[in-house]
Amino acid sequence: MPWQLLKYGFKRSHDEPRFFPEARPLKKHYDVVIIGGGGHGMACAYYLAKDHGITDVAVLEQGYIGGGNTGRNTTIVRSNYLTPEGVKFYDTSVKLFEDLADDFDLNIFYSTRGHFTLAHTDSALRTMRWRAEVNKHLGVASDVVDLKTLAEEVPYMDLTCAGHSPVMGALYHAPGAVARHDAVAWGYARGAYNRGVELHQKTRVLNIRTDNGRVCGVETDRGFISCRQVISMVAGSTPRITEMVGLSTPIEIYPLQACVTEPVKPFMDTIVVSGSLHVYVSQSSRGELVMGASVDPSVLHSTRSSFDFTEGLADKMLDLFPFVSRLNVMRQWAGMSDITPDFAPIMGVTPVKGFYLDAGWGTWGFKATPVSGKTMAWTLAHERNHELIEPFRLSRFADFDLVGEKGAASVGH
Amino acid sequence: MKLLECPVIGKRPISEFDYMGEIRIPPLAADEKTWSEYVFNRKGAPCSLKEAWYHRPTGRWYVVVRNTLTDEIEAHVDISEVQYELPA
Repeated sequence: MPWQLLKYGFKRSHDEPRFFPEARPLKKHYDVVIIGGGGHGMACAYYLAKDHGITDVAVLEQGYIGGGNTGRNTTIVRSNYLTPEGVKFYDTSVKLFEDLADDFDLNIFYSTRGHFTLAHTDSALRTMRWRAEVNKHLGVASDVVDLKTLAEEVPYMDLTCAGHSPVMGALYHAPGAVARHDAVAWGYARGAYNRGVELHQKTRVLNIRTDNGRVCGVETDRGFISCRQVISMVAGSTPRITEMVGLSTPIEIYPLQACVTEPVKPFMDTIVVSGSLHVYVSQSSRGELVMGASVDPSVLHSTRSSFDFTEGLADKMLDLFPFVSRLNVMRQWAGMSDITPDFAPIMGVTPVKGFYLDAGWGTWGFKATPVSGKTMAWTLAHERNHELIEPFRLSRFADFDLVGEKGAASVGH
Repeated sequence: MKLLECPVIGKRPISEFDYMGEIRIPPLAADEKTWSEYVFNRKGAPCSLKEAWYHRPTGRWYVVVRNTLTDEIEAHVDISEVQYELPA
């Protein structure tokens, strides 16, 4: 248990100190400028200061901290990927997540739930056996389970799926977890700030200046700042940033929507995903069902919600959990997903010297928050790619050396 | 429900269409670098994108120019404008 909670309980006055500082003027120069104050940006700033002692860092955020995709995902953390490079990378992340609350002295509501991915077809079951074997080989808990186990573990689910798409088995991943996404961003931000990193919210980057193929500064709506290194950690806004340095990438932006129901008594203690039905669901610590589906059908730079989404999602949810027909949807929202052709991220150095990319996080970015921060901080400090992110380098497309993670993303790919 | 106004079949729900992405003319003779750029790289930033939509019930293709920031259809493009000759 975080000590701060105990101390807080015994305190007479319960007013909390500010997490982040009031707005301050920008300096004229920083060693490193991080564009994007979401989970990834904050984690990178935190590990730059903590692991590498680099504290002359400014994080520029056009909105507020954690207000982009960090605050819009469905908070699932897992590492049962398909490719060895993916499994190693995400497993490092899960292990970092497990210790975060102690590192931050802040409750991030990290809750290990167990994660079921349902198979409705022979081919899905075959892919799951493959995934389970790859996972086990790399030391990640992952098993194919039969219908009997499913009926015991998720008794409230209709395994016939309303009769038209019966469940045949599932991939069970015991370390699958959920966490409070805001707290992850706040914890990293406070840790970075306490170590001397500057956080600048409501500061938009307008252009990136280069000189002879090398980054020399960033123009913002609060003036120009010179810097030695710039890293873009902006998810759905990545193409707007890469355009500023004349870099072409395979990233396309598709909205990803999610919604929550009204809170009910806890009944669902696992995370359930169906790749064939394109739906995933877990119950939050407040009792709401947190539900998501696949990305919207066409490219769009917008966070608007649509009725088509809730209608389609409810259709699938009712097949699996008929009794939720009585629940009302409380909120729905969307985030902009930066999708890559091989469903793996794009990380590390770029042809523009001093410009680094942490992008292509599509629908799988939250679970990678700690490891992307840690590996990108290492990459900035050493000016070359960390070994864990080497498979995710931008040049893999020019080399026709893609990652092939497609089979393992949760839904819709 | 979002509707797509088509020159032949009128207004139809967007759910009847498959999205086929940006229409581009491939480099028909190219080195590996040009080819990989064509295969993978995309215009990612918000723009007016010339893209193909396939109407499943009627099996027709439509080419529209759509603003990817506002989601408005700006123009319909005649299919002859995006045709190209295959090398002999």
